[in-house]
Amino acid sequence: MSMMAGAGRGLRRVILGATTAWLLAFTLLPVLIVVAVSLSEPRLGAPPFTPLFEWGAGFWPVFNGTIASYLTVASDSLYVAAFVSSLRIAATSAMITLVIAYPMAYAIARASDRARFVLLMLVILPFWTSFLIRTYAWTGLLNTNGLINNTLINLGVISQPLTLLHTEFAVHLGIVYSYLPFMVLPIYAVLERMDWLLIEAAQDLGSRPYRAFFRVTLPLSLPGAFAGWLLVFIPALGEFIIPDLLGGPDTLMLGRVLWTEFFNNRDWPVASALAVVLLLVVLLSALLLVKALQRRDAAP
Amino acid sequence: MMANTGAGETPAIRIEGVSKSFGGVPAVAGVSLDIARGEFFCLVGASGSGKTTLLRLIAGFETPDSGRVLIDGEDMTSRPPYARPVNMMFQSYALFPHLTVADNVAFGLEEERRPRNEIRERVSAALAMFDMGTYGARKPHQLSGGQRQRVALARALVKNPKILLLDEPLGALDKKLRERAQLELVALRERVGITFVMVTHDQEEAMSMASRIALMRDGALCQVGTPRELYDAPQSRFAADFFGVANLFGGRVTKAGAAVDCTEVWSTLAVKDDCTQGADVTVMVRPEHIALSKDAPAQPNVLAGTLGNIVFLGNAYVCYVTLETGKTVQARLGPADMARLGAIEAGDAVYLSWDPAAARVLTS
Repeated sequence: MSMMAGAGRGLRRVILGATTAWLLAFTLLPVLIVVAVSLSEPRLGAPPFTPLFEWGAGFWPVFNGTIASYLTVASDSLYVAAFVSSLRIAATSAMITLVIAYPMAYAIARASDRARFVLLMLVILPFWTSFLIRTYAWTGLLNTNGLINNTLINLGVISQPLTLLHTEFAVHLGIVYSYLPFMVLPIYAVLERMDWLLIEAAQDLGSRPYRAFFRVTLPLSLPGAFAGWLLVFIPALGEFIIPDLLGGPDTLMLGRVLWTEFFNNRDWPVASALAVVLLLVVLLSALLLVKALQRRDAAP
Repeated sequence: MMANTGAGETPAIRIEGVSKSFGGVPAVAGVSLDIARGEFFCLVGASGSGKTTLLRLIAGFETPDSGRVLIDGEDMTSRPPYARPVNMMFQSYALFPHLTVADNVAFGLEEERRPRNEIRERVSAALAMFDMGTYGARKPHQLSGGQRQRVALARALVKNPKILLLDEPLGALDKKLRERAQLELVALRERVGITFVMVTHDQEEAMSMASRIALMRDGALCQVGTPRELYDAPQSRFAADFFGVANLFGGRVTKAGAAVDCTEVWSTLAVKDDCTQGADVTVMVRPEHIALSKDAPAQPNVLAGTLGNIVFLGNAYVCYVTLETGKTVQARLGPADMARLGAIEAGDAVYLSWDPAAARVLTS
């Protein structure tokens, strides 16, 4: 018994150790590199930034760090505007996704076992093809002479084609379309686990079905909605492909600004500083949401 | 305590020829039943007997395929659960996990849109009634099983329903707690004065709590009566076997109202119950009515056998006696009877006997 426990503890150490090593090597280290780059200065050459530490005459290396890139990010209105617009687009599209995904998740959770399997497969199915290709396919639908405009013109609904592609509307559409499963699945998971006897109890106590939903089902499914909201909001904040393919020239999103800094301007320190600030924004909003959830659960 | 149905008074619940099937499988089949005001009525049966479905039909969670459900003379058949003057206590208690104890109890009153002051007063009165006054701010998961049960009761009773439905209310409690809770529930019903309808699979629980019991089998009522009636005068082998232990001897009536020839025990048994000659019947004798002796007593209904096990129960002994036919009969003896019998052990030849008046003749 004790030997088995000992072996179990050993195995646990190995698994925990491997996981920690993996996270250190592939999550923390890259982040630290990005932070290091953000603190250095741009230059022409490879790599296109000055080393953070230099060995000079002394025993200790000389620290060459500067926060100049952060000051640039903070002072240039373009970056600030990109942040604000990214936050706005990510938040609104996450809200729209939530409004669409909740009824879907509810319907799947209440469906019969057979139907539930089929519906879940349909939700997951888009993952089986490339995200890039699916986003690109929308350009064919939204184009001035694309499927939607042609159909509407042929039906006589409109005479002039609508400008759908390269608009903020298209970016919202792309985000909602692409991230819908990330919202449906956590809400479904919570609803599927819910004890439906609670709804009967509410009805027994005098609640009409819609009242029972708002007083019992909805509050109990909030953790799933929060989780889904984060799973959509966070990747949407730094999204590059969707605004690049579907967004207009005036659609300012961080992903695109980052791309421009890295590959067009080759200003790696500023790009890294942007990435670090984005990371902090995401961490902060996630922390706030988790804290809010914990406060709600811990309330006596 | 014993309530009478009929007598011109409107029953609290009247079930008229109610049937309900799920996917073609009948769960309740043509049940008619009156439950009087102030009864502690128990629906008993094995799982799948339809007792829970019948309770859910009264609560309104199911609508019958045919038949009517009346509460206080009013037809409730098509009324949804939220519009019935009935509250239910669920087996799992179904307390809302996201609400505090006080908010759980207040839930039903808030749905009635009662004034805030009234809600607060009634909630604290209901919690105080169940000694839960200091737990109002807790969440259900912070309570013990017994405390949750009391919150569930408070939540159901705070609305002053005409009828309280209880679905296996004590099923989740351990044995010690359950016995106390049984007494508390009976006392509670007397205090609040409303009709209780309880579903249980536990025959002892039903016997010790109910004013009347309906035994259900395959969606139909098997027998309805007081606990005494069901125990002393079961109308079927099933009922006899369900309530307590029964020695059952199958046979054919050879003399109407007097003698049954039982091939199972190779003898003719004397009985006093009504029965018609030539009918196939079952003679039922409860173990506590059977006497045990070393010598054959001079009376009718004597069976010879070999003593098998003696099981000591504390206040009684159960003796298993194997007859020559191979059938095993149970006799239950008190400590005094056992002492009178003297030294006895497994393998001894013994005689079983009983008063013909103690035997019941079951026709089905």
